[in-house]
Amino acid sequence: MGLPDDYRLMARIRRFEERLAALKDAGEIPGSIHLCNGQEAIPVGASRALRDGDFVTATYRGHGWAVARGVDLAGLFAEMMGRDSALCGGRAASPYLSDPGRWFVGENSIVGAGVPIATGAALTAQRTGSGAVSVVSIGDGAMNQGNVHEALNMAAVLDLPLVLVVENNVYSEMSRISDMVRVKQLAERAPAYGVPGRVVDGNDPAAVHEAVAEAVERAREGSGPSIVEAMTERLVGHYSGDAQHYRPAGEIAAARQREPLARVRAAADAELTARLDAIDAEVAAEIEAAVTAARAVPYPDPATAKEHVYV
Amino acid sequence: MSESLRYIQAVNAALTWALDSRTDTVYFGEDVALPGGPFGATKGLHKRFGSDRIFDTPISETGFLGMALGAAMTGLRPIAEIMYADFSFVAMDQIVNQIATIHYSSAGRWKAPLVIRMQQGYSPGACAQHSHSPEAYFAHTAGLRVALPATPDDAYQMLRTAVVSDDPVVVAEARMLYPTRGPVRTDAPVEEIGGARVVRPGADVTVVAWSRMVSAALDAAETLAADGVDVEVVDLRWLNPLDFDTVAASVARTGRLVVAHEANLTGGFGAEIAARAAAECFADLRAPVARVAAPDVPMPAAPALQAVVVPEAATVVDAVRRTVRA
Repeated sequence: MGLPDDYRLMARIRRFEERLAALKDAGEIPGSIHLCNGQEAIPVGASRALRDGDFVTATYRGHGWAVARGVDLAGLFAEMMGRDSALCGGRAASPYLSDPGRWFVGENSIVGAGVPIATGAALTAQRTGSGAVSVVSIGDGAMNQGNVHEALNMAAVLDLPLVLVVENNVYSEMSRISDMVRVKQLAERAPAYGVPGRVVDGNDPAAVHEAVAEAVERAREGSGPSIVEAMTERLVGHYSGDAQHYRPAGEIAAARQREPLARVRAAADAELTARLDAIDAEVAAEIEAAVTAARAVPYPDPATAKEHVYV
Repeated sequence: MSESLRYIQAVNAALTWALDSRTDTVYFGEDVALPGGPFGATKGLHKRFGSDRIFDTPISETGFLGMALGAAMTGLRPIAEIMYADFSFVAMDQIVNQIATIHYSSAGRWKAPLVIRMQQGYSPGACAQHSHSPEAYFAHTAGLRVALPATPDDAYQMLRTAVVSDDPVVVAEARMLYPTRGPVRTDAPVEEIGGARVVRPGADVTVVAWSRMVSAALDAAETLAADGVDVEVVDLRWLNPLDFDTVAASVARTGRLVVAHEANLTGGFGAEIAARAAAECFADLRAPVARVAAPDVPMPAAPALQAVVVPEAATVVDAVRRTVRA
């Protein structure tokens, strides 16, 4: 644990997303993809507070959570390529994939809809006494969905072991979140649910880890849900192909100075820089190997298109 | 062993069986635990099984149906109660986008063994927002099973079948049938899912119905028998899985088909039955398929208006007479 480990995991997510974007440009990925470049510190810091058996639910911008929780990289690429992956057999692709083997309840393409589902995973943990927690990530825009409100209140009254991580990248899809709410911080809503709320630097994995670990501990001891609002910035568009005309000039360039990987690099001395360079090279090779393995996965047999509608 | 129970008591008995025999079953919804439900479906269950197994939720249909899904995916077998079927519409995302799709979209790696229990249909004075019969929406949604019990015995048997199913099942009861009484086979083995049933054999015309319209069809058959028209009544029971074979076999015997439901005409499940009959029973049909349904209006509250909107036995009688004359 610590700086190089966090850096490696963040770099793995970044490289994954960059490689995915290149594959998209090359025509190997059908459909829309939503990348998390710039937000890597959040799943990395949060996942460090979790153990096997803890459930994670994410959004369509959830590749980073899948990678951070150890979902197979080749499987992820294959699924997103529309191949017969061991994850979802090509039925989910980039925005709705999941992996029960890694307790990854999955992404969701409906904004906020994962929060009630994550609340159900928390109910199972509570009723079975497994000691697991259920972490759910949403974006800032999802805080305006009724499903989040309903689930958060319900998790609070049932004292469920739920941790809501709000990744506030200041854009509610393609509109500024400040135009969509009358509070400065979304965590200000926490008292309305009778739960703790914290705002942390979402570009610092250590800060995210500390806040999520506190929320996880509270959840495990039966004291109910918490909100952690992690402030971050998106280095890319809402979706692949988003020209981002709505973003002011210089905003992305400034964000590139503050993003989690650049921040580690900026503070590194020569020795650490050499280590980081080595990590980058290892991660690049690992990602390339995953892409190669994914390309070897066949496309799903069309004859199976009607399979799995029912058990 | 058979007990004489009211429909609502049969529901209560099935839920008691579920909570008693399956420790992974949890039951939740609005006012279901301490209050025992507005119609008494869960009367006594909280006292017997406690808050770990049955509990009240906030008025948050989206929230608690999503919770049912997450709990089902991770190891529980929840039964979530929607107090009135009309309230399911505020939670359609969880039903249609989430509950119905997760098994398919994960290539079968996640299962969603949950039951959504609701009651539907008109009652005197109930407004448009407490009178819907939404079964066609659910039958339209791939990934859901849909049950519409028409008798106390089926209220018991079909709910138990739903509870043991590994697929998500919508069980839509009929509020107007709650006071009706009938024999319930409380010691019967749990039935396989699906299966329509010929509840009255007849030679001249097949009436396919479900839910409250089954008893309306049986009443109509008695009236028509006096006119010398021999009606066969098929209780469809499950819209998914659909047992069309039983319908087709009946039509092969009678040559005439009337479909009766309380839901609005357009896009109602009767249209699906009519279309299948056209495709699969064309050679057997001696008359056009007739549909009995509410007209395409939101349900009025005033009984004087409901009387001309809600299909009853007389509506079925008229449709059968037209079909037999054709």
